[in-house]
Amino acid sequence: MANLHEFFFQIYPYIAGSVFLLGSLLRFERGQYTWTSDSSELLRRGTLRFGSNLFHIGVLFLFLGHVIGLLMPEVFGMLGIGLQGHQLTAMISGGLFGFACLIGLAMLIHRRVTEPRIRATTRVMDMVVLVWILITLSFGLGTLYFSAQELSGSNLTPLAQWARHIVTFHGGAASFVTEVPPVYQVHMVLGMTLFALIPFSRLVHIWSGFALVVYLLRPYQVVRPGLRQR
Amino acid sequence: MKVRAQVAMVMNLDKCIGCHTCSITCKNVWTSREGMEYVWFNNVETKPGVGYPHEWENQERWNGGWQRKGNGTIEPKQGARWRILTNIFSNPNLPQLDDYYEPFTFDYDTLQRAPESPMVPTARPKSIITGEVKDKIDGGPNWEDDLGGESAERLKDVNADGIDPDLLASFENTFLFYLPRLCEHCLNPTCVASCPSGSIYKREEDGIVLVDQDKCRGWRMCVSGCPYKKIYYNWHTGKAEKCTFCYPRIESGQPTICSETCVGRLRYLGVMLYDADRIEKAASVEQEQDLYEAQLGLFLDPKDPAVQMQARQDGIPDNWLEAAKRSPIYKMAVEWRLAFPLHPEYRTLPMVWYIPPLSPAAGSVENAAPEPDGLPDTSSLRIPVRYLANLLTAGNEEPIVRALDRLLAMRRYMRKKDMGDDAALLLPSVGLSESQIEEMYRYLAIADYEDRYVIPTSHQEAMSHSFDDQGSCGFSADSRFSEGVTGASLFAGKERSNAQFISVDEIRRGNRRP
Repeated sequence: MANLHEFFFQIYPYIAGSVFLLGSLLRFERGQYTWTSDSSELLRRGTLRFGSNLFHIGVLFLFLGHVIGLLMPEVFGMLGIGLQGHQLTAMISGGLFGFACLIGLAMLIHRRVTEPRIRATTRVMDMVVLVWILITLSFGLGTLYFSAQELSGSNLTPLAQWARHIVTFHGGAASFVTEVPPVYQVHMVLGMTLFALIPFSRLVHIWSGFALVVYLLRPYQVVRPGLRQR
Repeated sequence: MKVRAQVAMVMNLDKCIGCHTCSITCKNVWTSREGMEYVWFNNVETKPGVGYPHEWENQERWNGGWQRKGNGTIEPKQGARWRILTNIFSNPNLPQLDDYYEPFTFDYDTLQRAPESPMVPTARPKSIITGEVKDKIDGGPNWEDDLGGESAERLKDVNADGIDPDLLASFENTFLFYLPRLCEHCLNPTCVASCPSGSIYKREEDGIVLVDQDKCRGWRMCVSGCPYKKIYYNWHTGKAEKCTFCYPRIESGQPTICSETCVGRLRYLGVMLYDADRIEKAASVEQEQDLYEAQLGLFLDPKDPAVQMQARQDGIPDNWLEAAKRSPIYKMAVEWRLAFPLHPEYRTLPMVWYIPPLSPAAGSVENAAPEPDGLPDTSSLRIPVRYLANLLTAGNEEPIVRALDRLLAMRRYMRKKDMGDDAALLLPSVGLSESQIEEMYRYLAIADYEDRYVIPTSHQEAMSHSFDDQGSCGFSADSRFSEGVTGASLFAGKERSNAQFISVDEIRRGNRRP
C-alpha cells in the first residue's frame, strides 16, 4: 500500500507530466494537421452557447485557481488573507465555478449524445475526455464536503507542499499527502491522468487557447513572403 | 509606395449561361472529400436570390466584412480582436449546416437488392453525415437555380433594396442573371484579420489567400469574418478550408480550373500591380460608394516607368511586369471601366471583379419600342440598374450605366461596321476611341485563350527548394504526407524536404485520423 502511494504521488506525476509534455511536442511536430479544437458548432449549435461558455469559463477559472492556490499561496498572504481566508476563498470560488463547469459539461455531454449529427461524428476519444473530466470534476467537488469539516485551512498546507515539491523536483513529496482523505487522492490521480490524455485527444487545443494572446498583439493582416525574401 | 502583384480575375456576366461547369470541375478537383461535401469553393447563383449559404449578403445577420468606426479606422464587423476571442467558445455569427444544406446521397442499394414487388422500389435520400434516411430534401447548393425557389424567399435578397418588390415578384417583369462566385482573394481580407491563430495568410508573390492547414486550430472565426462566406469549416478534419485559386496551376502559368473549363469563356485572369502601402487608407474611406474608386486608386499603371522601377526594387520579376502590361484585368477594370468589385461596401477590397450583364428591354410589348437597330437603351434594360449597383458599386448607379452604355456602344459599333454603315458616328457619347472599342470587341466577344489568360509562371526557385521537391505529388491535404511543421527538426539535422509521397494502399484503406 505504501509502495502504491509512493508510486501515485511521487512517480506518477512525472510519468503523466512527461507524457503530457513530450506527447504534445511530438504531436505538434509530427502531426500538426490533427491539432485542432475540432469544433462541432457548424453541424448544430444546439446548447453550445450556454454549455460551452459555462464549461470553458468554469474550467479556466479552476485551472487558474489550482495554480495560484497550490503553487503560489503567498499571493493570499500578500493580500492580507490568512490560511482560513485562503481556504474559504478556494471553497467558495472553486465551488461556484466548479458547479458552473459541471452544468456546462453536462450540457455538452447531453448535446453530444442526443444531437444525431454530433453523435454520428463523435470519436471515441471525444467521449473519453468528456467523461474523464466529468469524473475528475465530480471528485473535485466532492472534496468540498471534507473541506467543510475542517475550516482552519490546515488541510490546504500539505496539498500545497506536495504540489510544490513535485514541480520543483524534490523528493519526499508523497509523504505530505498520506493523511489527506481518499477523495482528494482520487481527484489528484484522475487530474494527473487528464494531463496525460491531452496529447492523444482534441484537448491539445488548450495549448493553442493560451497562445491566443499573440492575436491581441498581431496586426490584422498577415502576408507571407516567398522563400527568397525569407 | 510599395508595389505588389496579384493574379486577379474578371468575370463577364453578360456571357454566363449558368451551366455550373466551373462549380463541378472545382468540386471534383478540390472538395470531393469527407467533411467537404457541402463545400463549394466555386458556386453559381441565380440573381435575384438569397444565394449560398442562405442570405450570405445580409451582413446585419452574419456580421461579415469590416465596419468603419467613428474615429475613421476600421475593424471586423464581428468585433475587434478581444471581441472575437470572447466568441471563441461559441460563435453566434457562424452559419449552421442548415444554412448551407445537409449533404445527402441516395439509397441506391435498395434499387439493386429490392425483391420483386408490384411497386417500383425507390432510392430514398440519406444524410451523408448521420446516415439516416431523410424524408425530404429541403436545400442544396443551387436550390433557387433559374428562379426555381419561392418568390417570397427571393424577396429577402438585399440587392433588391430600393427596388419595387412587385418588380421582383411579378412574372411579366421577371429578370434573372447568373453570378458565379469564388473566394475574392481580397487585398484587405477579413478572414485573415479574424484568424486568432494567424493561420490564414496572403501570399506576397501572387496575392493568393490560403489557410495553412497545419496551423489552423479550428477556431472558425474566419467563416463568420468572410462576408462572402467563402471559407468553409471541414467538419471531418476540424480545419477551415477555402478556394486556393488553384495555386499549383497559377504557379505554372495555367488558369484556375474554373476558368479553364468555363464553357462561356467569360473568365479572365491577369496580373494587377497595386500599392500595398495605401490598402488601409483605401479600405477606410468614409462613404461606402467611394470604395470602388478608392480601390481603383490602388491599382498602378504597369506602363508607367516610375511604377516599373519601384516594382523591380520591391522584387517583382520581369516576366510579371511584362504580364502586367498585357493584363486583361487592367484593361477591363481600369482602362475601360467595365468591371466592378463584388460588394465593395464590405471594405475587403476584393480582387474578383464582374462586368455587369446586359438584358432585353423591359416592360410590356407596347412600350418596349426597341431602338431602330434592335438594341435597347440602358434605361429600358430588364435588369434594374439599381440592382446591379447594389451588387457592384454599393448603390452608385452612374458607373454601372457608363459600363452598360459602353457594352451597348460596342455592339452597335460592331453591328454597323459589319453592315458597312458609318460606325464611328456612334462613338463620342461613351468616351472610348474606335481602337478601344475594337479591342474591347476582341477581348469580350472573340475572347481568345491567350487574351483571357495572361498568367506569368512563378519563379519556383524563389518559392521552394526544388531539389527536395523531386518525386513529390505537389499537394496534399493530409498529415500522413505532411512534412511536419516546425521549421527546425525535432531530432536535429537538415530541415525536412517538401516531398510528399502518396501511398495508394493507404488511400484505399480509408482515411481515418488517430
